[in-house]
Amino acid sequence: MLPQDFLGRVLFLLNEYGTSLIKGAGVTMIIAIVCTLLGCVIGFAVGIVQTIPLDRKNRPIHWFLLRLLQILLSAYVEIFRGTPMMVQAMFIYYGAAAIFGLNMSMWTAAIFIVSINTGAYMAESVRGGILSIDAGQTEGAKAIGMTHFQTMMYVILPQALRNIMPQIGNNLIINIKDTCVLSVIGTVELYYTTRGIAGTYYTYFEAFAITMVIYFILTFTCSRILRVMENKMDGPVNYELVMQDPLVAGTGTYKFNEKKHSQFNDQNMDTREGGR
Amino acid sequence: MSEHIIQINHLSKAFGSHIVLKDIDFHVDKGDVTCIIGASGSGKSTLLRCINLLETPTSGEILFHEKNILERGNDPTKYRAKVGMVFQSFNLFHNMSVLENCMIGMTKVLHKSKEEAEKTAMFYLEKVGMAPYINAKPRQLSGGQKQRVAIARALAMEPEVLLFDEPTSALDPQMVGEVLSIMRDLAKEGLIMMIVTHEMAFAKAVSNHVVFMADGVICEQGTPEQIFDHPQNTRTKEFLSKFER
Repeated sequence: MLPQDFLGRVLFLLNEYGTSLIKGAGVTMIIAIVCTLLGCVIGFAVGIVQTIPLDRKNRPIHWFLLRLLQILLSAYVEIFRGTPMMVQAMFIYYGAAAIFGLNMSMWTAAIFIVSINTGAYMAESVRGGILSIDAGQTEGAKAIGMTHFQTMMYVILPQALRNIMPQIGNNLIINIKDTCVLSVIGTVELYYTTRGIAGTYYTYFEAFAITMVIYFILTFTCSRILRVMENKMDGPVNYELVMQDPLVAGTGTYKFNEKKHSQFNDQNMDTREGGR
Repeated sequence: MSEHIIQINHLSKAFGSHIVLKDIDFHVDKGDVTCIIGASGSGKSTLLRCINLLETPTSGEILFHEKNILERGNDPTKYRAKVGMVFQSFNLFHNMSVLENCMIGMTKVLHKSKEEAEKTAMFYLEKVGMAPYINAKPRQLSGGQKQRVAIARALAMEPEVLLFDEPTSALDPQMVGEVLSIMRDLAKEGLIMMIVTHEMAFAKAVSNHVVFMADGVICEQGTPEQIFDHPQNTRTKEFLSKFER
């Protein structure tokens, strides 16, 4: 029967319900990862539209339509950032049933709600990421005849993506944790599973102790993986350059160590580019 | 008389109520190397940026092969592909290698094949002495090297006119030399160039036309001998005397 001590109970629950906990954690992770990716796609689309520059004088109709779209998108961002996801979940799930007679499946509802919520947050991050790229990059691209779309695709977004990677990671971690609010619409994820287990034997403390640990393992692992990905995007710290520059005297082959030369680096390259 | 490559008529530019350029008139012919000199804030850079449509002029016309590029319905991207620009702050794409920086315009704007683009890019990188660095990222290069890559990137588009906006102002004296020597070679080859610069000796040696600007107007223009050796305008005299000291 049910052991009396804490550790015994934890082991008992793990033994009895280990599989359902893992299943719940799996559902949580799938929703979090899929929705973060979809949210990024939405965020990029919205962020790009929000930063299109358009000339009011020369193309008044284009300007008007774009402004209208931009206002609608801002409304979307503000509304979904400004209301709790738990309330949105209830509103959309029951609203869809009441107004459109649409009975969403657990998965559809969960993924829809978390994605558009993440999208609203990502839209602002993407906009910030785009604005953080030096205007000189856009000018450089324009000067060789690139269109706005080309400039975005090849020059600005790849750089913006690197800058907002921490934000994407942040959203993934928030999503792992916040999927628990989907339990209100009956999504059987980690929190929902735990509540069920806890209720069966009245072992709330033990069950949630296990779940605490599981959530932490999930988020910590993800944040580490993302950090590794960021470092990969940055490229190696050391470069080997063939320094044979016909126009500069006294060059040869040497190994460039960025850490060691960081002072030289800052002085020579970064500050310079800022000043114009 | 043959047609002017670029002709500027009554060009004005205002940022709000602040007037930066007033009634600018001048033209560029085949083989011209025009240097624009003047104090900081005199509107030199703005003029160059207007010519490349990075700024929209408030009024006036810019004729490129006798066609007004400011007219509605003109595609600025096509024009910009023919009129290149080199910036003070280089503006190399940080997310690309040196070679990719030079190729992207050819593949995406001129729709050249990858092989052709690479060949052309290598030709110009060779020319500016940056061929050994094709795989380096811009942040790994010195200022002078970045500017040379930027020049190669602009040249790879095979523009008719190349605009230089203070190309050496962000460089230390040692690096200025390497950039100017490339520009000198380009001038010899007959590339049409417009150069905003503070390097007076360079302007005198390289250009065949000098424009002196002050407070948004062209005070004086003419051959380098006229401007540097026999300036007529008092403001030109005053400006140049500061460099002789």
